[in-house]
Amino acid sequence: MKIAIASGKGGTGKTIVSTSISMSVNNAVYVDMDVEEPNGAIFIKPEISREIRYTVPIPEFYEDKCIYCRKCEESCVYNAISIIPQAKKILFFEELCHSCGVCKYVCPVEQAIIEKPKAIGTIRIGEKNGLKFIDGILDVGIPSSVPLLSGMKKYIPNDEIVIIDSPPGASCPVVEVVKDSDFVLLVTEPTPFGLNDLDIALDIVKDMEKPHAIIVNKSENNNNLAREFAEKRGEYIAMEIPFDRKIAENYSKGIPLLTEEYKIRFKKLVEDIREGKL
Amino acid sequence: MKEILIISGKGGTGKTTLTASLAKYMKSKVICDADVDAADMFLLLKPNVRKKMNFKGKSVAIIDQDKCTSCDQCRKQCRFNAIDAENGNYTVNPYSCDGCTLCTLVCPVNAIRMEQMVVGEWYISQTESGKMVHARLYPGAENSGNLVTMVKRQAHILAEEEGSEYVIVDGPPGIGCPVTSALSGANLAIIVTEPTFSGIHDLERVYEIAEHFKVPVWIVINKYDLNTENSKKIEKFASGKGIDVIEKIPFSKCIIDSVVKGEIPADNCEELKKVVEKLTDKF
Repeated sequence: MKIAIASGKGGTGKTIVSTSISMSVNNAVYVDMDVEEPNGAIFIKPEISREIRYTVPIPEFYEDKCIYCRKCEESCVYNAISIIPQAKKILFFEELCHSCGVCKYVCPVEQAIIEKPKAIGTIRIGEKNGLKFIDGILDVGIPSSVPLLSGMKKYIPNDEIVIIDSPPGASCPVVEVVKDSDFVLLVTEPTPFGLNDLDIALDIVKDMEKPHAIIVNKSENNNNLAREFAEKRGEYIAMEIPFDRKIAENYSKGIPLLTEEYKIRFKKLVEDIREGKL
Repeated sequence: MKEILIISGKGGTGKTTLTASLAKYMKSKVICDADVDAADMFLLLKPNVRKKMNFKGKSVAIIDQDKCTSCDQCRKQCRFNAIDAENGNYTVNPYSCDGCTLCTLVCPVNAIRMEQMVVGEWYISQTESGKMVHARLYPGAENSGNLVTMVKRQAHILAEEEGSEYVIVDGPPGIGCPVTSALSGANLAIIVTEPTFSGIHDLERVYEIAEHFKVPVWIVINKYDLNTENSKKIEKFASGKGIDVIEKIPFSKCIIDSVVKGEIPADNCEELKKVVEKLTDKF
């Protein structure tokens, strides 16, 4: 079962919740798919056994074979190709390329365009005290994380409990992660920012018809913002983690939330999800 | 005219809190919220929308069921796994479709066409602190770099019209396409970080991008007293990179309470107001 931990807003506690859950239950798999800013390893401190450089195909142009028909340039919706027939020059803007393969498909000449692999990030596989660990690190300067995310999926085992630390936001990368999940836990904080972004994230999760529940982090007794929000939307709050300066200080040192109390609460949470109680 | 961009790498470090506070206390500026995935600055600045426009994003493939012969070519060749075939019924998953048009080219019976989607809205608004350009990307829409470019461009046009000296931009988190779009054309990037291992890690990654775009960087450490040892590491990182402007904001309940109430934190919290004044003096 794949449980995605998502949030909409960044900094609500997605990573501390997902690493803590992973370390509380037995034989889990933790997957860090927040590849722009992967921080799960800071908390889990895994021993890495394998590193894979992940590549996508990008075209290479051979000016000696090219007949300068400009078909590739016209067909590329990402404007990644500029052809200057007079100068017999081909300009390729690699950072705009989406590896879709259209240029090669439309090229009438054999061997004028050949696809070559280009590394966009690293996938790491490791382990810590029986917990399997996988993360993805997007190379700095790579515009889209989606290809790396879809590439990572091949390495995720079909284990009983897979906890996926999702990217923040509400656009393509989140969708790419959530679409293959069985359950989504949305971590929010009881501030207008947190709830506004939760609202947007809920729209996606509902649109994709994923069962889900909310975790309110940094909650305070006198603060009913999140509870009122959940009641109004008919959403379920599965857990409230009170604001505690000690938790924040531990977080700053890379220490997850693993007191006996929280271990029991996280274990129970995962059990309830697996038994379909949420 | 000078563009000042606030970014953070890591989310939740206090980017929007600082931007809204700067926006309030700066003179002669246009405010721009370029964190279009999770645009929250409106909650503090309470804009009155004066002009609203649709934002058209990528095109998405649509399969004409009457013409489709279920030959499977489109599904096989799609690099984005965007085509689903259920019982010989071929459909495009609009979330996965990248709009590349390869399927329309490989289809032997011309059963696939492209349609451009409206994926968001952008607005020009009036706030108590001045004019503001902001946007809303519909949930699950394509990666938002184009919309970031669009709101920034509109903010620049507005600043020209108004004769404003500054454009102040609340940037997106992360290091991907939206951030590169935000950095392009910025005259100064203020990176808001926090003294956590995650904050430092992400600061280093986002700094690398700013450096790549040759945008000068200032660093603000938020909640610096949460871990003074880590704050020292950040200062060391900054001095190693030759960054001389670095401000520190203490962990403050007052700031959190202001945000919860939807008020501009610098109005209520002296510790933040001091930092804001120091920064605006240096602009």
